Amino acid sequence: MSTVRIPPVLRAQTGDLKAVEVDGATVGAVLQALVERFPGLREQLLGPDGDLHRFVNVYINDQDVRYLDALATPVAPSDTITVLPAMAGGA
Amino acid sequence: MASPAPEAPGPAAGRYASIEEAIGHTPLVELARLAPRPNVRLLAKLEGVNPTGSVKDRIARAMLDDLEASGRLRSDSLLLEPTSGNTGIALAMLARRRGHRLAVVLPDNVTEERRRLLRLFGAGIIDSPGELGTNGAVALAQRLAADDPRFVMPYQYGNPANPRAHYETTGPEILAACPEVDVFVAGLGTGGTLMGVGRRLREANPAVQIVAAEPRPGEQVQGLRSMEEGFVPEVFDPAALDGRYLVSNVDAIAMVRRLADEEGVLGGVSSGAALAVALRVAAELERGTIVVLLADGGWKYLSDELWTRDLGELSSDAEARNWW
Repeated sequence: MSTVRIPPVLRAQTGDLKAVEVDGATVGAVLQALVERFPGLREQLLGPDGDLHRFVNVYINDQDVRYLDALATPVAPSDTITVLPAMAGGA
Repeated sequence: MASPAPEAPGPAAGRYASIEEAIGHTPLVELARLAPRPNVRLLAKLEGVNPTGSVKDRIARAMLDDLEASGRLRSDSLLLEPTSGNTGIALAMLARRRGHRLAVVLPDNVTEERRRLLRLFGAGIIDSPGELGTNGAVALAQRLAADDPRFVMPYQYGNPANPRAHYETTGPEILAACPEVDVFVAGLGTGGTLMGVGRRLREANPAVQIVAAEPRPGEQVQGLRSMEEGFVPEVFDPAALDGRYLVSNVDAIAMVRRLADEEGVLGGVSSGAALAVALRVAAELERGTIVVLLADGGWKYLSDELWTRDLGELSSDAEARNWW
């Protein structure tokens, strides 16, 4: 199972868990499994059409999935998926 | 008849009429010792050489030029800008030279040198909660500006002068020094560097790859209450990138140490992150030329002992600060 890192802003929905092991062959499948396990995450992560919320960034092994295959990006058991809110960079 | 006086040397000889004209023209330096193999070349654009020590001198000049030309600045105007430091410092120097007043909204957990440089150039500082990162500074600045018409915000996150400065200056400099560039890597702050340089490089070579290094925010600087408080800078178009990688502050600091140890280059924390991503990209290339932009020098980080403290001990401090 891959590991999903949960940002502080979403931990109220995961019983304060910082990381969760989730099954899924793709990033999309992992996120679906995640929101089924923690339904409070659904409206924070996904829009009504099932796409990612515009202020959500998802990384696999620290690489933004939108530059791989987006939600179809394959996931291996040793992979780490990081979910982060969009934050203004330093400037 | 007396001969006309010879024209004084100019920028081509490294001579400038003022410090403002010396903005840019930064060196592109090969990092042969850090490059992973001979067929993959790595060159660093040293933006710390700019007058106030960062790439932000470029956009500060462009934004102020635009504001002055627009007529929006009145005698009672007060410039107000959200910043994690570098843009504020650049604006402060230029505002001081040009007779404008400036206040910056700054997360309260940035390095001490940033505060000192801002005060040195006469800027007022309004603290925003460090745990909200730059999101918090932007939100507070916008609230303040909405309440008082004397505030005029250059607003680097949404000002087209930001990427335009890079399109007009940084990009052409890179092309002049390295026309063979295959990959451009830079830190993602406002997105202005990546957008402006990216657009210019792609005009010369549509196949060039534009790749972002992004800080992985420490736990203690993710104080958002909901995903709705997220923020995407208006100048930034994610679709204009070819890759985007997270780098932890500890990994960035480790890379900054390697940069000093192996190449003798003193870079700031975001430079370490950009370099970490450049090396990650380099590891996957058979051959090619990577240009990585190092946004500032290491001078503003000395008081935090980034080069000397034990990295393990530094890591928890590192995750509580806004370093970029």
